[in-house]
Amino acid sequence: MGCRGIRIGAVTAALAVALTGCLDKIPKDALELSPQSLQQRQTQTRVFDTDDEARMLAAAAGVLQDFGFTIDESETDLGVIVSSKRRDARQAGQVLRSVLTTLAGATVSLGLYWGASEPIDDVQEIRASLVTAPASESSERMAVRITFQRTVWNTDGDITRREAVDEALIYQDFFDALSLSLFLEAHRI
Amino acid sequence: MVRALLVVVSAFLLSACLMQTDSRQQLLATEQSQVALRSIQTRIFDSDDKYIALRSVIATLQDLGFVIEEADDVLGSVSATKLDGYDLRITVTVRPRNASQMLVRANAQYNDAAVDDPLPYQQFFAAMERSMFLTAQRVD
Repeated sequence: MGCRGIRIGAVTAALAVALTGCLDKIPKDALELSPQSLQQRQTQTRVFDTDDEARMLAAAAGVLQDFGFTIDESETDLGVIVSSKRRDARQAGQVLRSVLTTLAGATVSLGLYWGASEPIDDVQEIRASLVTAPASESSERMAVRITFQRTVWNTDGDITRREAVDEALIYQDFFDALSLSLFLEAHRI
Repeated sequence: MVRALLVVVSAFLLSACLMQTDSRQQLLATEQSQVALRSIQTRIFDSDDKYIALRSVIATLQDLGFVIEEADDVLGSVSATKLDGYDLRITVTVRPRNASQMLVRANAQYNDAAVDDPLPYQQFFAAMERSMFLTAQRVD
């Protein structure tokens, strides 16, 4: 790298340093309705033939408990139940990779460092938030929408993932259980 | 080489100058004037039903990918979080302005900073308009 390369590198580093803290801006589309929002609503919502919101909420709370969630917050007048659980986030692939890296590192460095392993996913906190509302087309039907999200921490205690859970199967399993608990069929919207 | 070093050092100094001397100053600090912020974050809807307005807020937030964290019908507040590689928190409050209008105010926090850009709030109220089938009016 010549003098020019060093200068460019230095200027880039300087800009990076100067701009740290200013760059953490909200993405332009974070509060915009996305094209996927309708499909997500369909995945996350089912409609039941009942107008008994209290019964619906009680059944939903029971199903959340069945899945190991603890209730953090509820507001029955608005049809809201917020629940969460903290669980293991270790995955076989990552653990194996970490062990192999550690072994390789230990072999290559001939004991210069011992047992230093790369951090792997460790624990996750999953939040499930359920909202009931009279289905718009008919007040005798109740819509239930549940949304899941999770935060994953690694073995160093750093956050490695913050995400919404989009897998349709997870939602399907939840609504199957709710349907069984209510003795009512769950209709898609 | 020396000049390059100088640039790096001055950048460090510059970023140090921008830093706060006492982090407790953040407690009641705002980036913009409170009047400007309030006008960016508030809209009026022609509705006389607080429950319907609150339920619309909840539905809108869910459509925008938020997970509801807390709701209180007495206070008229809903708090929610959106995780998408970032941590976006929002609180929306609904309170009657007069017999036929609701005042809706939203304030958001993106990771560790307040959101005081007008655009995200405009987008949020546009989504609420679609959910309520009503036009959001600015506060004069």
